Amino acid sequence: MSYGAYIPRYRIKLEDIAAVWGADAASIKKGLKVNEKSVPGLDEDAITIAVEAARNAVKRGNIDTSRVGAIYTGSESHPYAVKPTSTIVAAAIGAEPVLTAADYEFACKAGTAAIQTCMGLVVAGMIDIGVAIGADVSQGAPGDALEYTAAAGGAAYVIGSSDLAAIIEDTYSFTTDTPDFWRREGMLYPEHGGRFTGDPGYFKHVTSAAKGLMEKIGSKPSDYDYAVFHQPNGKFPERAAGMLGFSFEQIKAGLVVPMLGNTYSGSCMIGLAAILDQAKEGDRIFMTAFGSGAGSDAFSITVTDKIEDIRNNAPKVQELLADPIYLDYANYAKHKGKIRV
Amino acid sequence: MTVARFWRKIPHRYNLIGTHCTTCGEYYFPPRQMCPSCRRDGKIESYQFEGKGEVVTYTVIHTAAKGYANQVPYNLAIIKLDEGPSLTGQVICEPKELEIGTRVRPVFRKLGEESEKGMIYYGTKFVPE
Repeated sequence: MSYGAYIPRYRIKLEDIAAVWGADAASIKKGLKVNEKSVPGLDEDAITIAVEAARNAVKRGNIDTSRVGAIYTGSESHPYAVKPTSTIVAAAIGAEPVLTAADYEFACKAGTAAIQTCMGLVVAGMIDIGVAIGADVSQGAPGDALEYTAAAGGAAYVIGSSDLAAIIEDTYSFTTDTPDFWRREGMLYPEHGGRFTGDPGYFKHVTSAAKGLMEKIGSKPSDYDYAVFHQPNGKFPERAAGMLGFSFEQIKAGLVVPMLGNTYSGSCMIGLAAILDQAKEGDRIFMTAFGSGAGSDAFSITVTDKIEDIRNNAPKVQELLADPIYLDYANYAKHKGKIRV
Repeated sequence: MTVARFWRKIPHRYNLIGTHCTTCGEYYFPPRQMCPSCRRDGKIESYQFEGKGEVVTYTVIHTAAKGYANQVPYNLAIIKLDEGPSLTGQVICEPKELEIGTRVRPVFRKLGEESEKGMIYYGTKFVPE
C-alpha cells in the first residue's frame, strides 16, 4: 500500500577508513564498488531509524494507523536484547494498542521475512494492514573488512489487500544452516567466514531463491523492468544479476550501495524503495534479499497506477542520500560508539 | 527518571500529544486538563501537534549534564509551535546553522538513557526545515 525509507545524514568516505588502518583505499573501493557509507547520528539507532521509515511510509500512503494489525521489525542491531523495537514503532506511529508486534533477526534479510509474515496474515484475513520494517545501524569491528561497508538506514512497507501501489505476486524462500556470519550474545561485533560468505553463502542462496521463484511462477529475467539483490557491496549484486541473466540496466536504479554502504536489514528494502521512486504503472520488479546464516527471500512485484498518487508524499531515496555531512574517522568512531565516554 | 515517570510521558514525547480547549481555541503543550482561561466552561480535548514551528531563542550547550558529554556542542531551543504553545527541545544541526526565527520540524530521536544497562528514552527533537 505504501513504502518509506530513512537514511541518516552522516557519511564517511572509504578513504578515511583505509587511511587509519594503512590499507590501499583505491584497491578497496575498486574491490567493493563502494565509495562512502552512511553513519548514524549520535542520537540515532535502529529504533529511531525504524520509526522514521515507518512514519514516511504512513505519510506517503496517508495510512489510517488504527487499521494496522501487525508490526514486525527486522534488524541485527535492535538496541534492546529484550524489549521489542516494534512496540516503540507502534506507539510512535499511533497504531497502539490492538495489534500484534514482534522483532525479527535474520542477519540482512530480517526485513523481508517481516514482509512475508505480513503477507501471510493479510492473505489469511487475520489482519487488515501490516507494517514490515528492516532497519539497522550495522556493526563492523575496527579494521575489519566489514567496517568499510557496515552502514545505517532502513525502509518500511505497508502491506494490505486494497489501494495497492504495487502487487507482490509471489514470494519464495531458500534457507539452509550455513554459518557464514554471526554475532554471539554480548559481543559488540560480528564474526564472519571471510570469502566463505560469497559462494556457499550469498551466491548459492540468492541464485537458488531467485531461480526457484521464477520457476514457480513461470517468469524469466527479461520479463522484469527492474531487479534488486541484497547489496553487501557493489560487486556481489552485479555478479548475482549476471549469473541469473539480469542486465546492469535492470539493477541500476536500485543499486544504492556505492553511496550508502550496506544497511543490512535495510539494504534490499531501500533498493526496492529507490526503484519504486521511479517505476511506472505495469513495471515488474524482481527482488531477492539475503541474510547470512543463511537464507534468501525472492519476490516478484508489479507496480500499479496508484504509485503516481503517493510517490511524492514522502522523501525519495535519492533525496535522503543528497546533502550529506561528512565525518572524519575520529568523529565516525564517536558516532558509532567505538569511543566511549 | 523512573520507568513509570517516562512511560506516562510517552504520548507527549513521541507524538507531541497536547490538549486543545474548544471553548476558547487555546492549545496546550504539555497538556492541561483544565483551561486556565475558561475554567469550568472550558472543553478540553486531546490534540496532536504537527511539530512544526520556529525557534524563539536558543543556547549552545558546551558543558553538558551527565550522559550528554559526547554531544557537545549542541543546541537547546525554545520552539514556538505553529498552533501557539512553546516547548524546549534539542535542535540537531551545527550551532552556526541556527538563528532566532529558524523554522524547524520534528524528528524521532534518542533523548537519553538511564545508564548502559538502564532503559533508553526516545522522543521528539527538531531539525531545521
